[in-house]
Amino acid sequence: MVDIDALFLARLQFAFTIGFHIVLPAFSIGLASYLAVLEGAWLRTGKQVYLDLFQYWVKAFSLVFAMGVVSGLVMSYEFGTNWSAFSDKAGPVIGPLMGYEVLTAFFLEAGFLGIMLFGMKKVGRGLHFTATCIVAFGTLLSAFWILSVNSWMQTPAGYRIDELGRFIPTDYWAVIFNPSFSVRLPHMVLASYLSVAFFVGAVGAWHLLRDRSNHAARKMFSMAMWMAVLVAPAQIVMGDLHGLNTLKYQPAKIAAMEGDWDSEGPAPLILFGMPNMKTEHTDYALKIPVLGSLILTHTLDGKLPGLKDFKPADRPYSPVVFWSFRIMVGLGFLMLGLGLFALVQRYRRRLYDSVWLHRAAVAMAPAGFVALLSGWVTTEVGRQPFTVYGVLRTVDSVSPIGLPGVATSLAAFGVVYLLVFGAGFLFLLRLMRKPPVPGEVGPSSLLPSRTTGITPGPPGGTPQKPSIALVPAE
Amino acid sequence: MMTLPWLDLPLVWAGLLAFAVLAYVVMDGFDLGTGILFAVERGEEDRDVMVNTVAPVWDGNETWLVLGGGGLLAVFPLAYAIIMPALYPTIIAMLLALVFRGVAFEFRFRAITRRARRAWDFAFFGGSVVAALSQGLTLGGLLQGIKVANRAYAGGWWDWLRPFTVLCGISVVVGYALLGACWLVWRTEGDLQARCRRQAATLGIATLALIGVVSLWTPLLNPVFAERWFGWPGIALTAPVPILVLLLAGTFWRGIVLKHHLTPFLCALGIFGLCFVGLGISIFPNIVPPDISIYAAAAPPQSQAFLLVGAVVLIPMILIYTGFAYYVFRGKVVAGTTYH
Ligand code: HDD
Ligand code: HEM
Ligand code: HEM
Repeated sequence: MVDIDALFLARLQFAFTIGFHIVLPAFSIGLASYLAVLEGAWLRTGKQVYLDLFQYWVKAFSLVFAMGVVSGLVMSYEFGTNWSAFSDKAGPVIGPLMGYEVLTAFFLEAGFLGIMLFGMKKVGRGLHFTATCIVAFGTLLSAFWILSVNSWMQTPAGYRIDELGRFIPTDYWAVIFNPSFSVRLPHMVLASYLSVAFFVGAVGAWHLLRDRSNHAARKMFSMAMWMAVLVAPAQIVMGDLHGLNTLKYQPAKIAAMEGDWDSEGPAPLILFGMPNMKTEHTDYALKIPVLGSLILTHTLDGKLPGLKDFKPADRPYSPVVFWSFRIMVGLGFLMLGLGLFALVQRYRRRLYDSVWLHRAAVAMAPAGFVALLSGWVTTEVGRQPFTVYGVLRTVDSVSPIGLPGVATSLAAFGVVYLLVFGAGFLFLLRLMRKPPVPGEVGPSSLLPSRTTGITPGPPGGTPQKPSIALVPAE
Repeated sequence: MMTLPWLDLPLVWAGLLAFAVLAYVVMDGFDLGTGILFAVERGEEDRDVMVNTVAPVWDGNETWLVLGGGGLLAVFPLAYAIIMPALYPTIIAMLLALVFRGVAFEFRFRAITRRARRAWDFAFFGGSVVAALSQGLTLGGLLQGIKVANRAYAGGWWDWLRPFTVLCGISVVVGYALLGACWLVWRTEGDLQARCRRQAATLGIATLALIGVVSLWTPLLNPVFAERWFGWPGIALTAPVPILVLLLAGTFWRGIVLKHHLTPFLCALGIFGLCFVGLGISIFPNIVPPDISIYAAAAPPQSQAFLLVGAVVLIPMILIYTGFAYYVFRGKVVAGTTYH
């Protein structure tokens, strides 16, 4: 296995901090779009239930978003603190993409977030809805840029290497739209949507188990189950395409994901087993003949790579990749299963009183997030031992920081993250424990944010248009 | 690829990043200052008002810090790759402090028990103080110079910890507290405003004294700095800076005495801006003193040009909609009447 050295701890620290971070953006991406849909539905139909749901979820959003921002801030400096050699060499290529993320996405989100959260009483309905849509759009833009960066690290393109060993961009179009970007971005966005759908669905189901007549709980459960049945299959198709792409550009990763040691065709599918890096064999393998070729080449006798095709020093650590991949795929099919179950119950008009459906939905609350993290672990660990696949090794990317320094900061991150995000998670659960009620109040009334104008106008910052009684009378 | 050969790209980018950092310093400066003032403002309702003056805008303010870091990586990757490991402890401390400060905005209103609320109030205060202190230490560590070999940091763990850097750390805490107090004079009213005005007066005097000490000390760090400031013809350029600081200090004082709402804040911003100019005079054209210049640290021209095109279009737009967000939340913030 791995020695505990500064490099290992730096990797652990990066994995830990980004693992925390990515769950929060995924939550924000999905929830922001959901909120935009809710507010849009409310403006179109005028139905109170949509507004109630908006006000209910926007509180969770503000909590999650704040945690996403602070954990993301850490990420943007960690490239320098932990991976300074990587930053020096790859900065000229990926730096500008991250720069564009800040300029196009982060400022946009931040600029309109305040209005979205606290501005209901201050701006008109139309403007408020615009702000919500802009925030949702901003989260997607941010996914666009950061996934472009990550995809470039997986499948680098559009660069040359200069005499100092730096990556010099030669074609930014090729950098941004590198070969794996087109599958990674949709897969990640769908993953965010699925994660939020299952979380929302679980909250709805939980309240339905307590009170079947809760109108808002019914609505959110129904919406979530539609998402499940539509998005889960789309995600499986996307995942299949992703696999084909990885086979083409990162064959060693595919071999590690499949636990295949010898290149063969037709290749079996190893359902379960335990890849062993020392004996170069997958122990206890449960195989299905031919299926491997069928899935990854869409033919009956396609040849698949094996780990032995690669030098031992170039192989990713297969046991982790093998299992994380199976967790993701397994959960993907479970999600589809729940979606279909809900569809059947909907058809039988039992969507709101099928206790087993609701229990299953509650149990699946974290499914999306777990699948998402497993997917990232597959992707990142499968890229090893490189940071820029095939070109720059992880050992050549690390900062000149000694073991004590990295160990101390890792401990500090561990303590602070568990404390802070643990508390945040409890606050979130506490919010979700309350059922949505008619006349739900948004975050603006949680905060005494009334202002009196220096400009002439009614004191107390009453809305310019009193008809916008979004927040019930104080 | 486009490289804009007629432009001195590293110079343009140095200017833009300096602008981003200054924007960060003054905007998150008053946010953090508001948190620092929790030390003396203990009333629950007052604290709520203080937090609410910044709640709708803090995220945008902090984004300038992301631009500073991300921009450095993009256009001066070598500087980024040297500064971050060299100042590792202060950077990590700042990041963790900002974690506490950032979540406290949300958490303190959600805490149910009094004790939990106090705890998150403390997180808000502590996060603000430590973030400000670390930023000052980082600045001081950069100014005093960083040891480099083979395109990487070559110094030790504690190189950054010197009396000078500690002085810078304290100065930034005091300076941010001043910005916070002036911000609150502008955005609040009544007793809270009156107290903040008194705090602003004290902090104003302290800030000026510290600026004086840091300014006299900086030239001693490095003969090049001294030559810049006191040698001829440099002095013709540098002399206006302290003179303008004194003028602004006078206006600030007048604003305090005459109980103006906005003047003290504007003057404090001006003083920060001038300190920043002074800093630029000292280190330019270096980005990592004592010897890595903006030209040596620059990313290749095509990287700098690629991001510049976007920056030129987007930064003005950002300023416009940020201004709009401030406009929406303008006016005095008063204590609310209801809690849920
Ligand atoms: C798929 C999307 C995605 C991925 C892979 C990442 N992020 Fe992220 N990030 C977001 C999507 C996102 C977001 C949805 O846009 C967030 C969540 C909350 C927010 O403010 O924006 C965000 C926040 C966020 C912030 C705070 C922005 C602010 O102040 O408003 C920073 C600095 C980063 N991220 C940086 C990173 C870095 C350096 C990453 C990689 C190593 C990273 N993120 C992975
Ligand atoms: C957002 C979800 C992500 C997760 C959960 C994630 C997870 C991980 C994990 C588990 C590792 C450790 C791998 C190992 O050392 O075996 C790692 C390393 C790394 N990842 Fe990611 N990653 C994510 C996104 C990104 C993105 C978007 C980037 C680039 C912008 C990135 C850049 C890196 C770098 C530089 C390392 C360190 C070097 C290395 O060990 O490869 N990651 N990440
Ligand atoms: C069920 C069928 C699925 C298949 C066949 C599949 C396939 C894949 C493949 C091949 C990769 C790429 C690894 C790499 O080459 O880098 C991947 C990555 C990933 N998967 Fe899946 N996946 C499935 C379901 C899911 C689900 C349900 C989620 C989350 C809700 C998810 C989230 C992710 C994420 C976040 C990544 C990493 C980001 C990326 O590289 O795009 N996947 N998946």
